[in-house]
Amino acid sequence: MVVETGFSSPRTDAFPAGLRVLVVDDDSTWLKILEKMLKKCFYEVTTCCLAREALNLLRERKNGYDIVISDVNMPDMDGFKLLEHVGLEMDLPVIMMSVDGETRRVMKGVQHGACDYLLKPIRMKELRNIWQHVFRKKIHEVRDIESLEGIESIHITRSGSELFDDGHFLGGEDTTSGRKRKDGDNKHDDKDLGDPSSTKKARVVWTVDLHQKFVKAVNQIGFDKVGPKKILDLMNVPWLTRENVASHLQKYRLYLSRLQKERDIKNSFIGIKHSDPSSKDSNSGAGLHNSMNVIQDNVSNGSFSFSVNNSCVLNVDLKGHEGDVKGISSGPMAESKGTFSIDIPDPPRAKSLQISFDHSLGSVDSVVNLASFSSTDTVQYSWNEIPEIQFKQEYEPLQLENRTNQLPQPGLQHNLLTKYLQPTVSVSPGPSVTEKTATSSGFEVKPMCDKYRNNHIKLSSPTEAVGESHTLNDQVFEPICTTTSSMKSQDIIPNHLTESELSPRNLYDGVGVENLQLCWLQGDCYAMDSGLQGFDCTEYNNPTMIPEMPVHLYDAPRFDHEHLFDPMEYYVIDQGLFA
Amino acid sequence: MERNPMRRQLQVMRKSLFDQGYLDEQFVQLEELQDDANPNFVEEVVTLYFRDSARLILNIEQALERKPFDFNKLDGYMHQFKGSSSSIGAKRVKAESTLFREYCKSGNGEGCMRTFQQLKKEYATLRKKLEAYFQVARQAGPMETACRPK
Repeated sequence: MVVETGFSSPRTDAFPAGLRVLVVDDDSTWLKILEKMLKKCFYEVTTCCLAREALNLLRERKNGYDIVISDVNMPDMDGFKLLEHVGLEMDLPVIMMSVDGETRRVMKGVQHGACDYLLKPIRMKELRNIWQHVFRKKIHEVRDIESLEGIESIHITRSGSELFDDGHFLGGEDTTSGRKRKDGDNKHDDKDLGDPSSTKKARVVWTVDLHQKFVKAVNQIGFDKVGPKKILDLMNVPWLTRENVASHLQKYRLYLSRLQKERDIKNSFIGIKHSDPSSKDSNSGAGLHNSMNVIQDNVSNGSFSFSVNNSCVLNVDLKGHEGDVKGISSGPMAESKGTFSIDIPDPPRAKSLQISFDHSLGSVDSVVNLASFSSTDTVQYSWNEIPEIQFKQEYEPLQLENRTNQLPQPGLQHNLLTKYLQPTVSVSPGPSVTEKTATSSGFEVKPMCDKYRNNHIKLSSPTEAVGESHTLNDQVFEPICTTTSSMKSQDIIPNHLTESELSPRNLYDGVGVENLQLCWLQGDCYAMDSGLQGFDCTEYNNPTMIPEMPVHLYDAPRFDHEHLFDPMEYYVIDQGLFA
Repeated sequence: MERNPMRRQLQVMRKSLFDQGYLDEQFVQLEELQDDANPNFVEEVVTLYFRDSARLILNIEQALERKPFDFNKLDGYMHQFKGSSSSIGAKRVKAESTLFREYCKSGNGEGCMRTFQQLKKEYATLRKKLEAYFQVARQAGPMETACRPK
């Protein structure tokens, strides 16, 4: 399954054929030679002789390239600088080249993040194997995300504990930690986060607190303007070095993009086309919201769509899942319907909402999720949260409302779900956006969403039924769909919740956070546009989506996104390489 | 042994270029890249090299006329030139470039000037030889395989 990026579709040949390489060298003779060599390896080559031009190409076509090969000495920009930019903005593997093989220079290259340093004259056999860097990065991404999620989940645990029922919390936690354990990653594992540039210094342990500071700083600066130095200054952690921050930022991006990819994968599973960048933009934060937003124009609110849905969905769901719904009363739901003016939920509320979601997530068919929503206000909050970023109150609640009655219909359900999802999501984002603690709630929800995500795939069909859903970003629907499909109409709601939970996350990804774009810069991801917009709602996994922090990436509950994609992860990775 | 006299001549020329150290392994890499899609790949690359590097030679020449020498600048130019020369496997030219850079680093202006003159000679010789080589190559027709120098 290969998600179309729109720029260059991956070749259908077996990997590594079709690897999209960008070669940057001011020497036109070398450019010609390298192009020919790479073509002989069946790679897709783009050449340019100026660093600035290269950056433009990379920015224009997010996810349009898998790897960059650049010369060290260039007239308009130092190769190392380009290397840094690429690493920060797009997080692609970069190979440096030079005729100068001095240890000093090679070391500098490695310090700046180059994944390899080739000496000219370059042999073709050296180029044949560059795919390993792309592959390695993908694998590490998974690990990084997991470790980040570990941190996140810890965080959530902390903040969520007060609000959440232990049972719930643990549930969510377990999924995350379980995953981590499974992969052998310790939540606090700082191996991946260690300062790569200093081989002798002690590894940096990115504790939850530290990460929170990091996320806060990133949010403050603005995701698209972020840079390790700025983050470092804002964080005000004396012992932290720029390299530490740079590497962590890369991981963070990976995480976000990973979630995005997962969402994309889900989307593809569901059969829904990955939302295009435009939708991403709108979703900025809520991947979910895409799906949910079907109604909504993703562009603006991605997440907002949730809100609409929320109100509708909630109502609907409540009915269906009475049993599980803890306190969801149709009453409030009904109210929510009309009130999309979601107020910004208080963080605590969001948390509770999340908790409930967790519950619901736990039981797919339990209305519990709804219960989470039960606090309509919470749900609303989520919406609010998102609105901050981008919530547009406008979403299409109307559509959903109509649907709510039709809840039984799968299609509707999707819509509803999406809507729900959004709300849930928004909830998380809400709190997270405003407070870091909120994120924790987000986490709770997430894990569930992940589970549901898998389900989404099944639902895809129902979504089709729903005309509106289509409007939503494909992505958005995906999550919803999957979950709903597996569940009955009633169940669907819970799914929605999960979805919504997811969505908020996604929403946040794009939302507010400064410009979450980075997550997607990954080649595979459908890089979101800078700023919130990019976030595909579909990507529930997007950490950014997690409302918690605009920075989301890590704050957002990582829950299960990882889990859900477990099976798909690698699949996606492979496919995604050439996405 | 090639039956075709032109091909034979070509092979002799080629061997001599390698034996006399004008070309190195990189040139063979270029030959291996030549295929049906790019039947004149090697000649195209060599032509491109001489066109671009002529500009660099001129820059260095001009820089050497300004006293005192700006060694950093000179080193920069030569670094570029060396990189370029490595692309076609211009062995001797590359060796002179390395020497030139050494003199730059040690601030030896005299050494730079001497080396540069030598470099220009090697550069001119290589150019002539390769031009002749490709002339014969065009007449001889496509080569079947790239032969590695003994």
